[in-house]
Amino acid sequence: MADATKNVSHLELGDTDKTFLDSNELIINMGPQHPATHGVLRVILRLDGEKVLGTECVIGYLHRGVEKIAENRTYAMFNPYVDRMDYVAAVSNGLGYCEAVEKLLNLEAPPRANYIRVILTELNRLASHMLWLGTHALDIGAITPLFYTFRDREEILKIFEKYCGARLTTHAFRIGGCLYETYEGFEQDVTKFLKFVTPKIDEYEELLTTNRIWVERTRNVGMLSAKDCIALGVTGPVLRASGVKWDLRKAQPYAAYPDFEFEIPTGQNGDTYDRYLVRMQEMRQSLRIIEQAVGKIPEGPIMAKVPKVIKPPVGEIYHSIEAPKGELGYFIVSDGSTQPYRVRVRPPSFVNLQALEQMVRGQLVADVIAVIGTLDIVLGEVDR
Amino acid sequence: MLDDVTSYLKSDTTPGQAGNFLWAFIYILLIFLGLSVAVIAMNWLERKILAHMQVRLGPMRVGPHGLLQPIADAIKLLIKEDIMPSESDPFVFWTAPLIVVLTAFTVFIVVPFGPTHAVTDMNIGVLFMLGVSSLSVLGVVMAGWASNSHYPLMGALRSSAQMVSYEIAMGLAVISAVLMTSLNQSGTGTLSMIGIVQAQEAQATWFVFKFFPLGLIAFFVFAVAMVAETNRAPFDLPEAESELTAGFHTEYSGFRWSLFFLAEYSAMIAVSSIAVTLWLGGWLHPFPHWLSGETWDLVFSLFPGLTFVFLAGLTFYSVARMPKHPYFRVQTMGLAGFGAVLGLIGLALFAPPVRDRVQDIYWFAAKVAGFMYLYIWYRGTFPRYRFDQLMTVGWKILLPIGLGVLIVTAILGVVL
Amino acid sequence: MPDETKSPPPPPTGEPKGPAGAPNAPSVEPVPAKKPGDPAATTDPAAPAAPPKPAPPTAAKPAEPAGGHTPAPPAKPAGPAAVAWDSEMVCKLKGQYGSGIGEASTYLGQNYMVVDSSLIPEILHVLRDQEEFDYCVDITALHYPQREKQFDVIWILYSFARNQRIRVKTLIADGEIVPSAVKIWPTANWLEREVYDMFGIRFDGHPDLKRILLPDGWKGHPLRKDYGIIQQDNEWVQINLGIESGQ
Repeated sequence: MADATKNVSHLELGDTDKTFLDSNELIINMGPQHPATHGVLRVILRLDGEKVLGTECVIGYLHRGVEKIAENRTYAMFNPYVDRMDYVAAVSNGLGYCEAVEKLLNLEAPPRANYIRVILTELNRLASHMLWLGTHALDIGAITPLFYTFRDREEILKIFEKYCGARLTTHAFRIGGCLYETYEGFEQDVTKFLKFVTPKIDEYEELLTTNRIWVERTRNVGMLSAKDCIALGVTGPVLRASGVKWDLRKAQPYAAYPDFEFEIPTGQNGDTYDRYLVRMQEMRQSLRIIEQAVGKIPEGPIMAKVPKVIKPPVGEIYHSIEAPKGELGYFIVSDGSTQPYRVRVRPPSFVNLQALEQMVRGQLVADVIAVIGTLDIVLGEVDR
Repeated sequence: MLDDVTSYLKSDTTPGQAGNFLWAFIYILLIFLGLSVAVIAMNWLERKILAHMQVRLGPMRVGPHGLLQPIADAIKLLIKEDIMPSESDPFVFWTAPLIVVLTAFTVFIVVPFGPTHAVTDMNIGVLFMLGVSSLSVLGVVMAGWASNSHYPLMGALRSSAQMVSYEIAMGLAVISAVLMTSLNQSGTGTLSMIGIVQAQEAQATWFVFKFFPLGLIAFFVFAVAMVAETNRAPFDLPEAESELTAGFHTEYSGFRWSLFFLAEYSAMIAVSSIAVTLWLGGWLHPFPHWLSGETWDLVFSLFPGLTFVFLAGLTFYSVARMPKHPYFRVQTMGLAGFGAVLGLIGLALFAPPVRDRVQDIYWFAAKVAGFMYLYIWYRGTFPRYRFDQLMTVGWKILLPIGLGVLIVTAILGVVL
Repeated sequence: MPDETKSPPPPPTGEPKGPAGAPNAPSVEPVPAKKPGDPAATTDPAAPAAPPKPAPPTAAKPAEPAGGHTPAPPAKPAGPAAVAWDSEMVCKLKGQYGSGIGEASTYLGQNYMVVDSSLIPEILHVLRDQEEFDYCVDITALHYPQREKQFDVIWILYSFARNQRIRVKTLIADGEIVPSAVKIWPTANWLEREVYDMFGIRFDGHPDLKRILLPDGWKGHPLRKDYGIIQQDNEWVQINLGIESGQ
């Protein structure tokens, strides 16, 4: 590992015999071990007092070389690995990968599988947003919502566990559909969960939405205009909070999404508070989708006719889905063999994190924490 | 010598005023012990109450319902490796927690737990209290500086700015309470803590209800400022965990860290004591003038005993609910023993000579406990302020309100 | 279904692109074309899916490839199965840049075009400013060690106005420098750094081109096909642990 100071580059650590007290600028190393960087993110902050003059993100501490691993695994073998990227939204990752390979194979999951996929993915979106809400609130100093959201997220994880045996890295889907049929009482469990969770979301909102301190801490913090968002490639709730009504579930529908009615919540100011509101609305929309889906899961097979050995024809495909964090894309190149020639993952967290610098410049240290929280990054996905 | 001891028992003043060193020393020891127990109890209660607010159980393993958890923690802290950063300034690093702890405890010299239950009654009691408690910022700054590290330094900077700002609003609120003491025939006020409570007794009202809503507003200003003074949520910026890891005590561990911890909780109790003394009638039981007379006196004097008996009952209820598995036998017995001790204390408090003597302390402690609960409640509810917002609240909201209240109080005091 | 893809720039008024480039893709579509009201929606190959309204019938967006279109095993990526993509935009660009625009094809309903590396910043500029491909989704690369021009560098672009994606490809040799797109899309910053980190492709004009995911002292570029994982591992174990790794 190279000398750590080499990473600092233009921030200049200065002469070694000078202490930091001699300078007007303070360089603070936030992370990789820090309670509020959501993992192993390291941010080098250049401060003037409490004001942020510049930041530099140092990432890669969780790099596992997922894309290289893919080149040495068969298509089916690589499937569980994608769960380890955004581990709080493993189902979404799996859905994106499976659909991408299905497209490459030019086949299609049966409708029943698509419905199951939508239900699980939306449950996962809820789980991801709940985790985001808890940690984001914790960063801003409200410790209680964390426990509420974890309590309710637990119910989702229980459904996952009953469905496929795993809670976090589910590996719920297979190329061509789903491996597991829904268990006895799946619909009832999901319906029960919907009834259970709707008042809980009201409860979170009661704690935060009109809380004066919360509003003051989040309004006009980490502003990002729609133009900046697009230029920076930011997607997901962050983009929508800036007023761009763009959601891949509507723009380029996949799985069974065309069958459902839901809205795309947007914000106006593109600040942290709007992003909070957008995500809260998204949770309610997810509930709406699940409610529509769970009542009418079609009968039929859950697996398409997939050859025993998956050997897609030579070609390449880019397929992206709306993961809880933004556009999650898979660019898969096949050379006709059983192993992908290349799998490129377009991680939403990685691209969104890039906006951090622009969002916090000129703001205070406390805002850096708020902005990291509001970007909703998962370092497993940033570093892959 | 023996004379000294016995003579004081009949005296009507505090040991300090009576010049009785022995009793003063005993009082100091008692306060120190009582405070330590209070901090331990507060530690347990905070964890339990916060846990229940957050749909979890809190400590459950060490002792029944985690009752021994604070003791286990204390032992852990004492035997923990004591780390001092190599680049730190050892002397200042060592002194800082001592200063913080000393100031937090020194304040209690003038806190009146009852008309005679104080180490001494200074005629500048309030001033002394404000002065000493504001010294603790020195310890915080020293801690941040001596650590020679970024996060503690920023924590210390935040802390000093915050404490200095809020002291002004706090002082203004206190002065308006002091002004209210001068509303008597002779027109002379007092800064003595005991005198302030006696003034409330004489004027037949707690100052929080005086010149309604003036007293209430002053009390509110003080109540906000005191949370900021003690660096507690939502003003816990100096030790904002998510921003500065642990603020000024990031580099502290083990025993020295536990001193900070002790100081934080004693400071909370100290400022709550000031608030109780100035606005909530100190040791006076509720509605001292409406509910007076022999019967009411008897009823109120039974409260301490009743509280302990109630706690004992609660404990026995828990004993009954303990799992019957042999694994829990020791815990059940321990809990039952604890309940028995509480019950015995409760019974002892029913004895007439004891209950008359203890009543004042009980009411004082009960009011302070109310504040402690508020502290925990805040922590469970509020997000954290940002630094600039904190300053805005201090300088642009609390300070003008405090000034206004002071002026109006002064005018009303002359007019009425 | 209401207009779901609102985007800041106004939607293109003119007819976007001739659907000519997509012979059969948009018309027949085996998407599970379930209409919202149809609960027991089954796969109906005849139903013309009209997914999101804003997507004009272009070659790009139908979620699924053409019906009877079975991609024959081609010789190289995007081989014979890919059909030529000659939309208005491509014609215009071809007219403008001549042979600089190489192959422009549609494979499985996705469009891409191969562009000469000398044209790169210009084409990207044109695509962003004139063709409304305002969102740079991803920048990545492919390595074909047996080829003379070893690397494909790929820009995946998306247009909010057209609801359409394209891939711009350029072929470069090892050591060749590609112009950076950071000035066109700030998002290219980290994406190019990652390409550099993983493939060793240098981008000219990048403000701070250095490794991003791997530590600064890392040797080699792991996503190259000739990068030996085992050798790297052995070396690391030998240097840092002083033993043979036994792999």
